[in-house]
Amino acid sequence: MRTNKPISSSLDWVTVTLYLIMIVFGWLNLYAANTSPDATDFFDTGKEYFKQLIWIIVALLSVGVILLTDSKFFVEFAYIFYGISILLLLAVLIFGVPINGAKAWFQIGTTRFQPVEIAKVASTLAIARVMSRFEFSIYNLSDIAKLGLIWFIPVAIIILQNDTGSALVFVAFFILFFREGMSPFVILFGFIAIIVFILTLIIPNYTIHMVLAASFFVFLFLKGLRRESLISAVVALSIFGISALVFKSRGADINYDLALSFGMAGASMYLIFRALIKRLSIVWIFLMMFWGSVVFAYSTDYFYEKVLNDYQRSRIMVLLGLKDDPLGAGYNVNQSKIAIGSGGFSGKGFLQGTQTKFNFVPEQSTDFIFCTVGEEWGFLGTTSVITLFVFLLIRLIKLAERQHSDFSRIYGYGVIGIFFFHFAINIGMTIGLAPVIGIPLPFFSYGGSSLWGFSILLFIFLKLDTNRNELIR
Amino acid sequence: MGKSNRAILISIFFGLIGLIFVIRLFVLQVIDPTYKYLADSNTHRKITEFPSRGLIFDRNGKLLVSNQAVYDVMIIPREVKAFDTLDFCNALNITRTELDGLFQELRQNIRNRKASTFKPSVFFKQLSAEQYGIFQEKLYKFSGFHVQRRTLRKYEFHHAAHVLGYVGEVNDAMLQRDSYYALGDYTGISGIENTYENYLRGAKGARYVLVDVHGREKGLLRGGRIDTSAISGKDLTLTLDIDLQAYGEFLMQNKIGSIVAIEPATGEILAMISSPGYDPALLVGRERSKNFPVLSNDPLFPLLNRAIMSGYPPGSTFKTVMALIGMQEGVLKESTRYGCQMGYHARGLSVGCHAHSSPLDLVPSISNSCNAYYCNVFRTVLDNPAVGTPQKGLDKWKEYLLNFGFGSRLGSDFFNESRGFIPGSSYYDRIYGGRRWGSLTVISLSIGQGELLTTPIQMANMTAAIANKGRFYTPHVLKSVKNDTIPMRFRTIHQTGIDSVHFVPVIDGMEQAVWGDYGSTARIARIPDVRICGKTGTAQNPHGKDHSIFVAFAPKDNPKIAIAVYVENGGFGATYAAPIASLMVEKYLKQEIHTSRKWLETRMVEANLINENK
Repeated sequence: MRTNKPISSSLDWVTVTLYLIMIVFGWLNLYAANTSPDATDFFDTGKEYFKQLIWIIVALLSVGVILLTDSKFFVEFAYIFYGISILLLLAVLIFGVPINGAKAWFQIGTTRFQPVEIAKVASTLAIARVMSRFEFSIYNLSDIAKLGLIWFIPVAIIILQNDTGSALVFVAFFILFFREGMSPFVILFGFIAIIVFILTLIIPNYTIHMVLAASFFVFLFLKGLRRESLISAVVALSIFGISALVFKSRGADINYDLALSFGMAGASMYLIFRALIKRLSIVWIFLMMFWGSVVFAYSTDYFYEKVLNDYQRSRIMVLLGLKDDPLGAGYNVNQSKIAIGSGGFSGKGFLQGTQTKFNFVPEQSTDFIFCTVGEEWGFLGTTSVITLFVFLLIRLIKLAERQHSDFSRIYGYGVIGIFFFHFAINIGMTIGLAPVIGIPLPFFSYGGSSLWGFSILLFIFLKLDTNRNELIR
Repeated sequence: MGKSNRAILISIFFGLIGLIFVIRLFVLQVIDPTYKYLADSNTHRKITEFPSRGLIFDRNGKLLVSNQAVYDVMIIPREVKAFDTLDFCNALNITRTELDGLFQELRQNIRNRKASTFKPSVFFKQLSAEQYGIFQEKLYKFSGFHVQRRTLRKYEFHHAAHVLGYVGEVNDAMLQRDSYYALGDYTGISGIENTYENYLRGAKGARYVLVDVHGREKGLLRGGRIDTSAISGKDLTLTLDIDLQAYGEFLMQNKIGSIVAIEPATGEILAMISSPGYDPALLVGRERSKNFPVLSNDPLFPLLNRAIMSGYPPGSTFKTVMALIGMQEGVLKESTRYGCQMGYHARGLSVGCHAHSSPLDLVPSISNSCNAYYCNVFRTVLDNPAVGTPQKGLDKWKEYLLNFGFGSRLGSDFFNESRGFIPGSSYYDRIYGGRRWGSLTVISLSIGQGELLTTPIQMANMTAAIANKGRFYTPHVLKSVKNDTIPMRFRTIHQTGIDSVHFVPVIDGMEQAVWGDYGSTARIARIPDVRICGKTGTAQNPHGKDHSIFVAFAPKDNPKIAIAVYVENGGFGATYAAPIASLMVEKYLKQEIHTSRKWLETRMVEANLINENK
């Protein structure tokens, strides 16, 4: 591995330019969101835009250090970084200060730092390291287990911090897994699971249960097992009826879920009996699918009721249109849409926004910074930002694909996934297309640690890219 | 699917998401005018709808306290554009300097983060309805200003200020404690306005209106579907009889002191007068900031509710309770006689008494108010061999008094009630350094002097307990709450622990004090056709002339009113307190004063003890 040429000749200047444009444009918007006519003192060190300026300088310095570091270092130290980041995540559980209900920040003086930003970088490195091993296969069970563990540990700790938004970012790695050969069915299943999840929220559980049961019998019938399907349906119905009567006779409300479960359990026993005698393998598959779906439906219910926060629940409900609450959970989105919509085609002009300075939009400079873009720069501005992001992402895919080394490519896809997830969810939520999950828009949102985290995430990849023709081990 | 194909697939997916976003934004920003309309020429504003505070009625349904509308001029500093200040000053009827002062105050508030530049805050408080009309017409010229309706208290009677209390702006501590309040909100500060704040305040509502750049309302946000209306506070009915209250204040003019009148059967306070008082209307709205300093700096403390806060020695009125304790302890009988040689003399110590026949038994001892008799009774209670030591005896004695409601807060409607003070053995142990004291040392307690402190409300309660022959309800002024119940503590009966038979001679003694012939101390309290029973008292006052005290109830059978009157520096009980108490009782039971007693009324009203004292 020899790099005699200066780094500037192999650095991808296209990406660097995109990065710099975003940083500058992002800061201008932060300035706009944060300034007001009655505070004219630019050097007000308490202002967010001033703090952000300092963080930009810190980020650029870190970028410089990364570019001067040997690429091999990132491979060698991937697991160590990962270990340190896990320790930091654990430490924040103990020493962190709770903000908005999440215990995810360290506070030193007035400066706050979110270790999850380091964890994203370190996890990406560790995943790249484990997947780039020569003998790694995405179909090998122990490899999957190893990968799963690396993926799951930070997620679990971040959920414990009550920072569900950041934990969800780790879903972004599925783009990387997909690129590296994961079956597309996994993603398909994911989508189906989301749909069932939403259905369980909209319609009562026993209805889903009944639909599943009915389709179960219909499929059995269509598969030619007419006798079995009819008899088992009769068994299920009669047990269901008897159970319902028992509930009724004891003066209790009829528990349809339980009655139906009894009925289907009876039908299943009959079918198992038949399958054993007549060696009907198809029955086993059907039974597994049916009970699997039932268990999934009930466990999503449990997940929704027990795992999610109140505000997360209500945000999901509002997104699905199940709850109209313009001043509660829907308030942010409603105000954010008004602010963006008010920008029109060409915007109101820099510093001319009223909606965003009115404090109508909460969390203006963090999660909803895109509103300022929309209001002051209009459709032209928002389209530019989206174009910038899509261009950056596609550029990064191109860079990733040209890597000679697996490690670099896999790391690159990790970066791509994380950027994409933040981009899609953050902008999606401001325009009402995604649930309000409090995650920042890279390079735009206020927040030193996220800016810094995204910068090193990106520039480690750009550094690896300078050695794209070599095998980094 | 090849791996590089997947790269293309991912790229397409990203592009697709970007495209969806762009289309959505095109709809939001270019095609759909609703959002543009909502924000561009209009902004919505939350207008808090302040509920009207609950009304307050007296026991006969007379409206005491209602509400009047006033209008606060609100400002959103960010939206303010240059305007004609002269016109503005004229509209608000203020000078240019005052306007500059208001802006200065606002700037300070913004600097201290009490006000925001983009949220409304109060700029000028409490325009009258009339002024509001003038201002409203010119409002369109003053961008950034709007008007918010509020209600202030309106007093239909200028009495009972201490009972009613007043309403003022919430302070920082309240804002911290109760999230209901916002800066500038009003809350009850004292009296029942404070105690029953939660009944009276109701619930705020909110109206969301669309306003144009000039601050003019352009309609409701979302057609008003998200608006909530204000819920009015609950109306309170008080136990006060406002006519009696007014009459009491009339009698007490130019005197310092207090009257508390209670309906014995219920514990309902019929009148509670603290003098000097003030007109409750003085502490409303804009007036308050002007008048409050004057009232609070007044050397006579008109803001002090003496009825519940001032402790005085009970004086001879206490002999009634002394007699009851003696009988209950079994050391005193109705027939017990003690001699009196112009006082009580023992071991070089003497407690003086006035001239009356001697010896006396229990009933005349009360009507003649013999000091020596009660020195004897007190000593037998403390030195009762069945109890053991005088220390134990004193604690026993104290326990009875606590049962009468002395020495602790009665738990009426007022948070700032005084406890008064009833000394026990531990107190004297501390004073004298251990057990070096006996019944003779503390003998002045027997005639209601010494360290004893009781409040007028406690004395009225004692009288009610005597009238009830041993039971009482906690005195209270809350009779009922509309659609709600009054607190349980006002509906619970308390026992004094004294058998009802023992009250008979005491009540007879109190009757004789008024109606007896020779030596009776309170003959001036006689009311035609009303069998009033009373007991005079004179509290020694080391700072000046003695305080005049009288407790009474009437009629003797099935009493309707129990009363305690304190007149500071009034001298003997019979001089001022007894006539005032009897006039109050007569007024309550007969509605008017008998012509034969008009001279007494005039004398009481004209008596000026405040200036005399100076």
